[in-house]
Amino acid sequence: MVSSQTTEQRALAVAAAVPDPEIPALTIADLGILRAVEIAEDGGVIAHLSPTYMGCPAVLAIELAVTTALQEAGFQARTERILSPPWTTDWITEEGRRKMAAYGIAPPVPEGRVPDCPQCGSASTEKLSEFGSTACKALWRCTACLEPFDYFKCL
Amino acid sequence: MASAEDIFCGLLRLADDHLILGQRVSEWSGHAPQLEEDLALSNIALDLIGSARALYQLAGETEGKGRDEDQLAFLRDERAYHNLLLAEYPNTDFAHTILRQFYFSSFQQLYWQAALESTLPELAAIAAKSLKEVAYHHRHAADWVIRLGDGTELSHQRMLAAEANLAPYLGEMFEKDALAGRLADAAILPDPAELQAAFAADRANILTRASLPVADIESRLSGGRSGRHTEAMGHLLAELQYMQHRFPGQQW
Repeated sequence: MVSSQTTEQRALAVAAAVPDPEIPALTIADLGILRAVEIAEDGGVIAHLSPTYMGCPAVLAIELAVTTALQEAGFQARTERILSPPWTTDWITEEGRRKMAAYGIAPPVPEGRVPDCPQCGSASTEKLSEFGSTACKALWRCTACLEPFDYFKCL
Repeated sequence: MASAEDIFCGLLRLADDHLILGQRVSEWSGHAPQLEEDLALSNIALDLIGSARALYQLAGETEGKGRDEDQLAFLRDERAYHNLLLAEYPNTDFAHTILRQFYFSSFQQLYWQAALESTLPELAAIAAKSLKEVAYHHRHAADWVIRLGDGTELSHQRMLAAEANLAPYLGEMFEKDALAGRLADAAILPDPAELQAAFAADRANILTRASLPVADIESRLSGGRSGRHTEAMGHLLAELQYMQHRFPGQQW
């Protein structure tokens, strides 16, 4: 049992370090996409991944990157897509939110609140469009520094 | 009692609605009236096609004949698609597109909400995921309907024309044929007829705020559920299926 737990922890560390293809400053663990790592009966590793959006083109890239990373670390690996419970922005870690803001994307805020500008920190911002450059982002603008910025949509 | 064949056919209807509407909406990519709208419509199309993929996968597994999502999406003849006629309705202009989107999003929101209770756990999972995405589509489309209906004389006229052209297709969404009845009885898919009242209320609310008249929901044009399509469908499929016809079995 001791060795199997170690294997699981090792595999988890490898999978958790895989960067998100759209926002490479964040890992899939930061985004809450990586739900768990499981050791199958045949000894292989199954990484459980929750897609942010069902049509997200990055889903396949992420699954491939996780499998590859685990294989390179010596594991027999596959991934499983977990739809239920559905991914939510609440699963983004504190660390993830910090990295996201540093990368120039405003992290999600509760409904009814406006995001702070990730460039200058001003709270006076306005929405340009509810849809942005990827499925998970909306387009906002700071009315203080006048820079447009991406906002990670609350889902 | 719903058979595996029933479940497959029911899932196919749902998947076809999403694929065909997703294909229609994607036609706006690069052509929308403004950049923000181009992104919005492309994202909505992507969400719809994402839901379609999950539904085709589930349908293929249910059928158990080894057909995957691509085979179901690309390798059927027109009569084998069972989408609502409204989904294939040509984009026409932005008014038609956005009103069609509002109607669909309103319907889908109610549908997915009810499907959360499905006895088919995989479908309930897709419903939970899609429901969150559709909330954005609904809000976006409803905002536009109000803005254009209550906008300039020209935008109002365009919305009036869209409403007159699309209204005859609305009843089809709530038709409950024998298949839909069996699936509803088995609590696998929602009963479409039961969604009509809530849809009518949502529609009346938004159209009224948009200064548009609210005509009754009629079932004057239907047939999509049994594979009888409008002329527009063949043209849509010609584009959708082009790559698979030109390069059979091609993957990328």
